[in-house]
Amino acid sequence: MAKIESAFLDLTYLDRLATGTTVVHRLDPRVKVLTAALFVVCVVSFDKYVVAAMLPFAVYLMIIMRLGEIPAGYVINKLIVASPFALMVGMFNPFLDQQTVLLLGSWAISGGWVSFLSILLRFCLTVTAMLVLIATTGFNQVCLALERLGIPNIFAAQLLMLYRYIFVLLEEGQRMHRARTLRSFQQRGMGMKQYAYLLGQLLLRTIDRGQRIHLAMLCRGFDGTIRIRQTLRITTRDIVVFLAGGMVLVAMRRFNIALLLGNFITELLQ
Amino acid sequence: MSHHIVEVQDLTHTYPDGTAAVRGISFRIHHGEAVAVVGANGAGKSTLLLHLNGYLTPQSGTVRIGDFPLTKETVKDIRKTVGMIFQDPDDQLFMPTVYEDVAFGPLNLGLPPEEVEHRVQQALQRTGVEHLRDRPPYKLSGGEKRAVAIATVLAMSPDILVMDEPTSNLDPLSRRTLIELLAGFHHTKIIATHDLDMVIDLCERTIVIHEGTIMADGLTADIFNDDLLLRKSHLERPLRMQACPICSQR
Repeated sequence: MAKIESAFLDLTYLDRLATGTTVVHRLDPRVKVLTAALFVVCVVSFDKYVVAAMLPFAVYLMIIMRLGEIPAGYVINKLIVASPFALMVGMFNPFLDQQTVLLLGSWAISGGWVSFLSILLRFCLTVTAMLVLIATTGFNQVCLALERLGIPNIFAAQLLMLYRYIFVLLEEGQRMHRARTLRSFQQRGMGMKQYAYLLGQLLLRTIDRGQRIHLAMLCRGFDGTIRIRQTLRITTRDIVVFLAGGMVLVAMRRFNIALLLGNFITELLQ
Repeated sequence: MSHHIVEVQDLTHTYPDGTAAVRGISFRIHHGEAVAVVGANGAGKSTLLLHLNGYLTPQSGTVRIGDFPLTKETVKDIRKTVGMIFQDPDDQLFMPTVYEDVAFGPLNLGLPPEEVEHRVQQALQRTGVEHLRDRPPYKLSGGEKRAVAIATVLAMSPDILVMDEPTSNLDPLSRRTLIELLAGFHHTKIIATHDLDMVIDLCERTIVIHEGTIMADGLTADIFNDDLLLRKSHLERPLRMQACPICSQR
């Protein structure tokens, strides 16, 4: 029960973060969506053994988080919750790829470990980027931006509805879970089988609700397109920020800044 | 003005699983009338209401809203005329903010932006929830949700309001506020409910439905005084019309 309830609080917290008024919050949502997309493309397009060259991207994110006043603890928490997925993806690399690619003193590090680390780093960077995007923009604004950027209306509508009804669904699930917990003694009735029934029940209720919502939409003249009457205004500042931010990202992708910096410092020391 | 009339004739509806929910219902509701539809759980009230805005089309019999018979062709116009308020406001508030939800209908009507703005403002003012304009629906209380749900319907400026259990799940004060709000409307009102005390306040006429047919149709005062009829249709006198339990025991 605690888990479901905390998930609920969490979404509300994300929403609250999005009501901030920092420099990052005030940017046009489209600029933020495009920059975040560019960020993700840059990070995932690195070669599979790359680790060091990705570190400047982490610095980039940290700066944005600092400007947007996003608490690091929250983001780290979310990363840990989502990390099993990334661990699963990379888990077998160290076993499959045993060729040594790096020697640290007498330590031989295999390619598998390096690529595993690379996957984890990519995961951290991309997930954080998305969290920061939503925490500084708000989910609805992200949807609106996506729609204005030309993604098909139906996807934008789906996302909007998803976000609207996830709260209702969570509440419904919470009530069912509570009802079950109250009537299962000494862990009897908490098994997988009951979970399956619970989920089935939830699905049926959801379908019913979906029908009622559709009816409510039809009653108010819904014809397949959701019209959002909100205007986004792009300013010169937005364009400048987008170009500058984009150029930094491309530069970080193109040149290995960590390596350049390392060489520079070594030269200085000599 | 003939276009606020609701006329139902010999309406029947059988669900695919064989349940005959409505079995020959006929009535005629005039312009500006407020009518309560009461009856036991499963008597067919909701099924009847779903016909009034064209979600269900008559299997046999006819439904006429104003000058139009209800058919697939006229259903769009009918939905403009008939505003439906659902039992669960969560079903009705599907947009991210209150403002966008109220604007949803007018935007679908293809109205110009200024007109949409005007209508949203008016509807929110009318239901007294202007201050909730930019809030997401899941952060509203039950009473606020209900008021916003009514605003979403008012923004379409319907002539007829159809309501399913408008006072369910409200605290007594929110219920009273809602009743007062509804009393101020000059629309034709059709209210399906178990809240018989509200019926006394709002509806001069009551239709009692029992097992898919009309058991009685007449003045609210007459119907609520007919104990035999009430018992047969799973109802009882509204609390206000019952003897006071404290005084009468002496």
